[in-house]
This record gives sequence, C-alpha cells and structure tokens, in this order.
Amino acid sequence: MTGKRVSYTLDSTLESVNTVEQIADKLAKDSGFEDEERHKITMAVREASVNAVLHGNAYDPSKKLTVGFDTTGDALVISIADQGRGLDPATLPDPLAPENLLKQSGRGIFLIRTFMDEVRFRILDPGTEITLIKHRGHAAEGKEGSK
Amino acid sequence: MTMKSSTRQVDGVTIVDLSGRITLGEGSVVLRDQIRDLLSKGNKRILLNLGDVSYIDSSGIGELVSAYTTVRNQGGELKLLNLTKKVHDLLQITKLYTVFDIKDDEATAIKAFA
Repeated sequence: MTGKRVSYTLDSTLESVNTVEQIADKLAKDSGFEDEERHKITMAVREASVNAVLHGNAYDPSKKLTVGFDTTGDALVISIADQGRGLDPATLPDPLAPENLLKQSGRGIFLIRTFMDEVRFRILDPGTEITLIKHRGHAAEGKEGSK
Repeated sequence: MTMKSSTRQVDGVTIVDLSGRITLGEGSVVLRDQIRDLLSKGNKRILLNLGDVSYIDSSGIGELVSAYTTVRNQGGELKLLNLTKKVHDLLQITKLYTVFDIKDDEATAIKAFA
C-alpha cells in the first residue's frame, strides 16, 4: 500500500475518542491487518485516547488532543498527545497484583502494552505523548518500549 | 454503538441480557444503573449475559468489577454468562477470569446460584 502521514487536532471529548478509534480501525484495515490485530490496535488507541481526554486534558475545552497516524514504514505508528499535567508510567500500579485485581480502574496502559508491539512515552511541556507501534506481518519479540 | 440492557427472572435469578459496547460513557452508565436498580429492588442473584456484547474497554472491565464487588458487598451473587472470545480473552489477560464465576450455559448458571 502507499504509506502516508496524517494528523488530527481534536477537542477533549468522548466523541473525539470514538472518532480516533474509527480512524485507527480504517487505517489498520487498509494497512492489511487481520481482524484480531485490528481489534488490538483499535482497543489500544481507544485506551490511549481515553487517557489523554480523561486523565490528561480532564475534558478541558481549552486543551486539545493531537493524534498522528503514520503508515509509511513497515509498521502502523500512532501517536496520541494531550496537554495535561503529564504522566509518569513508572508510577502506575500493577493491575495484576492481587491487591489491585478488584480495583475499578488502572488497566488502560497495561492493555495498551499488551496489545501493541512497542509503546513509548514522551513527556511534553505540557502534556504527554504516547506512541503505539504495530508491525505488519509479524509480532515483535519485545513488547515494551522505552519511556 | 450504544449498549442495551433488559432483564428476565428465572427461578429467583435475574438475568440481565446486555448487547452492544460496554465502554466509557453510556455503556458503563447503563450497566451501573441497571445493577443499582436491581439491588434497590432486592434482586441480589444476578446473571450478566454478555453473549451479545461486542466490545468492552478498560472502563467497561472496571464497571464489571464494580458490579461484582457491589453485589457481593450486599450479600448477593453476580455471575457472567456467554462470553464472546474477545471478552473472554480480556478477562484472561487481566487475570479476572479467576475472579468471576463464568458460565457458558444458562440453565447450569442458574443452578449454580446458592
């Protein structure tokens, strides 16, 4: 396929989350990912978008969600940035720990890391950018990217 | 995209038939309100039929956990029925498969309530 880079700047709303999810699903399909991989990609994108809108920008109408899709290389690369107070993923509790299993929240980043081949965090000023990478045709050996 | 919910009573068990997506926002709220409504009416034996639930995000998983703990804290029981493969896989990944009592046959599930 012909690769391309596209980016969107969106309001901090749940409608934007749904929009980003739908774009990710279409791009994943157009990039040749099978149904199961598409589901993983769209779910990871949804979780990252929810984090940006809900925890990052806290639905603040003055703060925007910026999403970039890059299909030019041998992978689908999605970056999602908020303008919030910043997230340090190292401080997140392990949702699989027995004491956390019955907590209502705290599984989003874990699911993103599980579903994508590489996950990278970048601290912005202000905000956080998370980059999600899914390689075409094969599963990457290493799941965890650097912060 | 929206979630729908309806209830049936079978042998003292309330079966909640859910369909659609349980995600942040509407889907999670529908489930939360449904559980709250059932408990307020004294229905504490609840079987959530997820057979037509196409998608659950982490908020939806959290809502299932919340429903489970809320019902249990009020002396009730909540079980899950008919998981799709996607939902089954999600509960396995998050280690919640061993927390929930999960059934794939309605009659067997109803008998399993104390």
